[in-house]
Amino acid sequence: MDALLQFIFSGLTVGAVYALVALGFTIIYNASDVVNFAQGEFVMLGGMITVFAFEAGLPLPLAAVIAVLVTAAIGVALNKLAIEPARGAPVVSLIIITIGASILIRGAAQLVFDKQLHRFPSFSGDDPIAIFGATILPQSLWVIGGAIAVFVGLWLFFTHTLTGKAVLATANNRLAAQLVGINTGWVMTLSFGLSAAIGALAGVLVTPITLVSYDVGVALALKGFAAAMLGGMGNPKGALLGGLLLGLFEALTAGYLSSQYKDAMAFIVILGVLFVMPQGIFGKKTTERV
Amino acid sequence: MKAKTIHTTALATLIALGATASQAEIRLGASLSATGPAAFLGDPQAKTLEMLVEKLNANGGINGEEIELTLYDDGGDPNKARTFATRLVEDDEVVAIIGGSTTGTTMSILSVADDEGIPFISLAGAISIIDPVRVNVFKTPHTDRMACEKIFADMTAQGITNIGMISGTDGFGASMQAQCKDVAGTYGITVLADETYGPQDADVTPQLTRIRNTEGVQAVLNPGFGQGPAIVTRNVAQLGFDIPLYGSHGVASNAFIELAGPEAAEGVRLPGTALLIADLLAENDPQYAVVTSYISSYKAKYDQDVSAFGGYAHDAFALMTDAMARAGSDDPSDIRDALEATSGLVGTTGIYTFSPEDHLGLDLSAFRMLEIKDGRWTSAD
Repeated sequence: MDALLQFIFSGLTVGAVYALVALGFTIIYNASDVVNFAQGEFVMLGGMITVFAFEAGLPLPLAAVIAVLVTAAIGVALNKLAIEPARGAPVVSLIIITIGASILIRGAAQLVFDKQLHRFPSFSGDDPIAIFGATILPQSLWVIGGAIAVFVGLWLFFTHTLTGKAVLATANNRLAAQLVGINTGWVMTLSFGLSAAIGALAGVLVTPITLVSYDVGVALALKGFAAAMLGGMGNPKGALLGGLLLGLFEALTAGYLSSQYKDAMAFIVILGVLFVMPQGIFGKKTTERV
Repeated sequence: MKAKTIHTTALATLIALGATASQAEIRLGASLSATGPAAFLGDPQAKTLEMLVEKLNANGGINGEEIELTLYDDGGDPNKARTFATRLVEDDEVVAIIGGSTTGTTMSILSVADDEGIPFISLAGAISIIDPVRVNVFKTPHTDRMACEKIFADMTAQGITNIGMISGTDGFGASMQAQCKDVAGTYGITVLADETYGPQDADVTPQLTRIRNTEGVQAVLNPGFGQGPAIVTRNVAQLGFDIPLYGSHGVASNAFIELAGPEAAEGVRLPGTALLIADLLAENDPQYAVVTSYISSYKAKYDQDVSAFGGYAHDAFALMTDAMARAGSDDPSDIRDALEATSGLVGTTGIYTFSPEDHLGLDLSAFRMLEIKDGRWTSAD
């Protein structure tokens, strides 16, 4: 019994990381239909900048705030310098631009920082908390709590604020949104900044558990993307649930079947979900008129 | 017409450059993974080679001739490594090659070196590089099989016979996992649980819980390198294991203690090199002078801690330049013959003695059993 609980704790820890990345995907997707494959690099930047600011002598909370702000600025720059000039290009071209941006950011991080692994101390120490014979690290609770807080914040933002609704309107029909007076350029800038900030926050929360180096972004982006697909692209609820489910599934596979199949099985389930429910768990069925 | 003129001029310049260079310089080639996924191996190696070439030339070179180093960054990509190896031989006309930070890139360079008759020293771990012996191929790091043997010998001495293994699924982890399982029987060790993890997994408690719930496991062995072993070590501490944890030489650096955290890393045992316990070496230890000199010059130049990986490049350069000096010519086959006759050369990894049957030249005594105590490496031999 304690084994099952341990698997669940492991799954929730890893799943919350995936969920945070998936939540970052959600915002840019909602604003522009673009899947931003540089999302994993935002997580990496959040971790790396915090590490280097912390090692330079800043207190950890200040280092974390700086990391989130700098990464948000990089997100805005990505929009201004790469996405906006390509306005009107097909979505696939924009997605390819984000892949290029992710390679660029990774390369720059190698030069600006270094190629080693880094970590900084956990926020609340490393003493595991024992619950019914299983253990969880305090930092895992920070990550799970962070994922839930970001989810609630996003949900309120999209459903209860005018700006959030403007983002959804822009995604739905850019021209119509402009006609009713929404500044769609600003919505895009906001989305990239916010999404980068969430990515960076994820990096700050998970680095004490997962460690950080310049190349952690790719794997995170892939798993986060899978989680977002599983839950339904563009839906914060879906991103949270998809991330947690994916993490749980991996942990249970590693625990009960074999660790050899862990990564493969997670993707098999996603394929299965996509065959049965192509929109994901919370995605809406849409029809497109042509 | 214009293009042709440029082409001819370029060719003429190249020939002129080549002609002057070959008169007074020994050309050494290297292809390392200074960037890419294996950058933490290749980066210190590239820095080490550049530092040593500079130092050697400042001291007058080999028999009055300077070393000219051509260094390529293959980014860990075997295809690039092959291209660079060919370019080193055909365009740069090197007389010897050092490199191959990973087993994959080594395998690409190795076939070029062997075909072209150029002596080559690899910096990668797999036993398949030097077994079977290839005429022109040598290597400096211990094999993963030797690491398994050193660990199992230590376990036997502690009275441990039943173990659980948790290995990385990267090339190094998978290769060492196979070698350890292959050699376990010889030492009377039984592997009761055999788990794996991905190189970038954030949590391996499910796999470790399986090992803990396996009846009779007396120790855990963790072959792997990079971030995985640090996470395994932290999760072992999280689950409160009361049995010993053994690591591999793939994590033998101070960074590992820092990443895993000193509390979690307490008591971890692994086979490593003299480089890690330089401050514990006796002054009459044969490796003392080499190890301390490498550490102090590397630290002075780059303000970074040395790692065992940079040490492999240090040893390869020492072996190669020693052979060049003894060969007294810059003919590749003379250098190769001199290299194979190397005897008792003291490196940071161990003391090398090559023979026609042995192109690694190290035995188990080159490995030292280390244990982490109070956040520091100590000798457990």
